[in-house]
Amino acid sequence: MWRDAALVAGKDLRIERRSRVGLTQVAPFGIVALALFAFALGPDRSDMARGAPGLFWVAVLFCTVLAVQRSVSVEAADGARDGLRLSGIDPAGLFLGKAAAVGALLVVLEAVLAVGVVLLYGARVEVPWLLVASCALGTIGLAATGTLYGALSAGLRVRETLLPFLLLPIVAPVLLAGTKIWQAAMLGGTPSSGTPWLRLLVVFDAVYVAVGIAVFGPIQETA
Amino acid sequence: MTDRSTAAGATRSQPAPSRPPPPHPAPTSVPNTGVTPPPVPSVRARTTERVIGILALVGTAATVWLGLWVTPPDRTQGDLVRLVYIHPGVAWVALYLAFGLATVASLLYLWPRTRSMFWDRLAAAAVEVGVVFNVCTLVSGSIWGKPTWGVWWAWDARLTLTAVLLVLYLGYLALRRVPAEPEVRARRSAFVALFAAIDIPLVHFSVDWWNTLHQGATVLNAGLNLKIHGSMAWTLLLGFVALTLVFVWMLLVRYRVGAMEDWLAANELDLALAERRSEGAEDRGGAPADPVGVA
Repeated sequence: MWRDAALVAGKDLRIERRSRVGLTQVAPFGIVALALFAFALGPDRSDMARGAPGLFWVAVLFCTVLAVQRSVSVEAADGARDGLRLSGIDPAGLFLGKAAAVGALLVVLEAVLAVGVVLLYGARVEVPWLLVASCALGTIGLAATGTLYGALSAGLRVRETLLPFLLLPIVAPVLLAGTKIWQAAMLGGTPSSGTPWLRLLVVFDAVYVAVGIAVFGPIQETA
Repeated sequence: MTDRSTAAGATRSQPAPSRPPPPHPAPTSVPNTGVTPPPVPSVRARTTERVIGILALVGTAATVWLGLWVTPPDRTQGDLVRLVYIHPGVAWVALYLAFGLATVASLLYLWPRTRSMFWDRLAAAAVEVGVVFNVCTLVSGSIWGKPTWGVWWAWDARLTLTAVLLVLYLGYLALRRVPAEPEVRARRSAFVALFAAIDIPLVHFSVDWWNTLHQGATVLNAGLNLKIHGSMAWTLLLGFVALTLVFVWMLLVRYRVGAMEDWLAANELDLALAERRSEGAEDRGGAPADPVGVA
């Protein structure tokens, strides 16, 4: 399972390295989203700094949708999905590999967006380890749910419109938890106010990673 | 739910004359068209459906009468309290009965030993009716919230959870509308229903910590210690029963319609072909055949 996961993740990241879709399209989109939030909130940077935690996570969610779409579409052509199934790769490994590749892309995007939030909105970072921890845990959850729903919608012609609708409500707890943790880390809350939310993220990750490992095989048959 | 047996007595040579007229004309008189007869519920199933429908109607009427005329207004809320006979009942049906049933049915569909289209259709019917009740919950809650809290909508934990449930299950219904083979669609929908159900406790905890404004449960609180008494309590209880009956009735009807939709989707082409063929026979001066058994 782990070897298969590494193979699949390596393949997806190699495609990303050669096509640079994530870096040249998704990351700039994230920056555009941050700029649009700034236009919506007006030129006062103190408003933006107060909204920064939530806006960061909303931008991450949007980028997740794009990253998952990309992860699905690299398998869409030339019967690549059937090829993967025929190759004898363990479905659980395939799930973990796809999720790891999406997660790796998301980590880069989050770093870009975090720098953007600090520079553009003037948000102050008071407890850096909370930011890093929430990003790490949030990324696992987003990548796992995204990969699950990506596989479910893989064969659909209406994938582009249906996937965000199905995925975004599911990851609402990640948005709430991430925002609360970032508020604690940026707006001078006590670090301990973030810990129940970190626990929630851990549960979210565990649940959806376990579900993905368990049912990714049957899900592939639905596409 | 006996209507799955699709009127086993109606073989091609013996159209049962005493049956109630089928909703879709039964092509029982066509030889060699390959059209399977549509699912016609048994007389017992139809009777059950009708009895439940009448009981639901009577129960709802009684609740309305008791709620609007017999019960007293509340000391603090006045007439507004009358919403208590509807709002919690509707929420109970949507959030517990309907979505709970959909989850169980989806699980039973995914479990290989109980896999059958019955569970798929039941889940679909439950979600659809549940979404209607979910919207009713939000609407009645908004009407209650404006005069008591001063706002149509508050980002309270329960309200937020209800709204998230609505979008989750609207997504389920949207996915069901995507054309696909029945088995593929059933499997895919069952997974989405399951993932949504898994998400509910997580959303519940997160919005709970996020914000809480809604009052605690009136009936289902610890120790079932009723905070409401006398005729009001009985009316509230009757409302729950009546709304549950309405739910069951809508579920039965929706299941029946769903079964007919599936039949139509599977036989549409065969039916149309049989009709065209019979038109051709008519043009050639042959005896007008009766492709869909209307005559």
